[in-house]
Amino acid sequence: MSVSTKPPLSPNSPPDSGKTPLGQQWLGPVALLGPAGLWLVVLLVLPTLVIFEISLVPDIVPGMKVIPSGLDNYLLAFDPLYIKVIFRSLFFALGTTALCLLLGFPVAYWIAILAPSRWRNLLLMGFVLPLWTSSLLRAYAWVTILRPTGVLNTVLGSIGLPGLELIDRPSAVLIGMSYDFLPYMVLILYSSLEKLDRQLLEASADLGATPLETFWKITVPQTAPGIAAGSLLVFISSLGDFVDPELLGGTSSGTVARLIYNQFLGQSPNWGFGSALSTILILVVSVSIALLLKYGDRDTQP
Amino acid sequence: MTESAKPLDPKTQSPDEESIPDMSNESRFSLSWQTLFAGAMFVFMYLPILILMVYSFNESAYSAGWEGFTLEWYRKLFGDPRILTALRNSVTVALCAVGVSAILGTLMAVGLARYQFFGKKLYQGIAYLPLIVPDIAIAVATLVFLAAVGIGLSLWTIVAAHIVFCLAYIAIAVSTRLADLDKHLEEAALDLGATPVQAFLQVLLPQLMPGIVSGCLIAFVLSMDDLLISSFTAGAGATTLPMEIFSRIRTAVKPDINALSVILITVSGILAFVAESLRYRSEQR
Repeated sequence: MSVSTKPPLSPNSPPDSGKTPLGQQWLGPVALLGPAGLWLVVLLVLPTLVIFEISLVPDIVPGMKVIPSGLDNYLLAFDPLYIKVIFRSLFFALGTTALCLLLGFPVAYWIAILAPSRWRNLLLMGFVLPLWTSSLLRAYAWVTILRPTGVLNTVLGSIGLPGLELIDRPSAVLIGMSYDFLPYMVLILYSSLEKLDRQLLEASADLGATPLETFWKITVPQTAPGIAAGSLLVFISSLGDFVDPELLGGTSSGTVARLIYNQFLGQSPNWGFGSALSTILILVVSVSIALLLKYGDRDTQP
Repeated sequence: MTESAKPLDPKTQSPDEESIPDMSNESRFSLSWQTLFAGAMFVFMYLPILILMVYSFNESAYSAGWEGFTLEWYRKLFGDPRILTALRNSVTVALCAVGVSAILGTLMAVGLARYQFFGKKLYQGIAYLPLIVPDIAIAVATLVFLAAVGIGLSLWTIVAAHIVFCLAYIAIAVSTRLADLDKHLEEAALDLGATPVQAFLQVLLPQLMPGIVSGCLIAFVLSMDDLLISSFTAGAGATTLPMEIFSRIRTAVKPDINALSVILITVSGILAFVAESLRYRSEQR
């Protein structure tokens, strides 16, 4: 626990404002923000710095002395074997984002604009309620449905249709992930659509635009920040998802999360490579959020 | 659920003209296909959960055909020491992590609302990062860090790691509540001679309670559900429920896990209901 003496290094310990000589002035901020700040520094900031350091050491194993010596671990990610896994993860994440947008937009639009206003909150709550159930069990539910002798094929068989082989394939992963993340998409699109100026829709219709024109020229541009935020959230969540590819994708659907997992808890650990992959993941996520915040701010200003 | 929530809906009183825009005469067809589609998506959201629940009562362990009602899987579940130990571990972790986070997260939310300081954006960014950053990254960082400083893994290292994300969810819920509060009450208490600590405990805290409770419920459910962070930070023997479930279902369909999921889904359903109705009530004010 010698680490806990380090927090002065932290960029986020509340600084005492130099203006007031009274010690009272910084007592409040330190008492309120200090404990959580300390916890976050010790268990989030320092660990992130440590994996960055470890990621610079090739072929590190636990117990070895840490001597940062290069970017080998990062270059290893471009090995054809691993780049395939990264592209597969990107494919799953992009596919899930597209599916969620396609399925989620009509639902959010219906709840926010077409459904009677008194029911809106209840409908939204009802739609996101399944988020409260374990994601592990939701993936398991799809195993029950999609496996060769599962519910879907039993139903198809009983009405004389040939069975479908979906499990252990990318399609099952896409189904499971879309199911998992659809409520997030609907939640974010709803809050964006709710603020949509209905008079614009009316004006557009009065001026003779077809519903399709109104949709593309009014609704979509007006809700663009929501679409961007929802898509980014689903993209990031599915990029780091472990459970769905693991349970529904079979052996040939390994993703980045599984690859990182193997570097630590697998048969032949490589902490340096695993740390490098994690660092890339954290960087990608942080940069996309920073971009979204900037883009979102600019869009809501005028 | 419907009955109790309807009168609480703040939008009920809002003028109805906004709810029926010219959309309706634009095309009736559009309205109906969207209603049908939304209905289908509601079915899509609930059907897998219902199927999972129904099959926990199916006598056949392997086929998806219905072969009769049984409570056998529940009996098997409650006689399974490994499941019961894992459940106890999970509940211990969740209660401890949520307990600590409730205090730290509430203090943090109040502090962030009250003070402006250099580096506040950075503090906020770091505090809310666990909401977005994939679990696997947090799990890896915690494991490597614990190894680097030589702390042995146990049940308590899981608790420490869970606090990091529980903190963020509770702080979010508390700051939402804080934003709708009347700041003058606390000032009045101070003017009337209360010490800052008294004002905090006796005036501010009771008002924040709905936010704290609903944040705690979300954090509890997420802690109970976490697989990756627990797997990376668990010491020998500290198997949590998701870890136990995961190790069983990756090989085959297990009806006793269906029985377990019925229980877990029921419990999280009740927690969700409590949290959502708290949110409704505080929105209404």
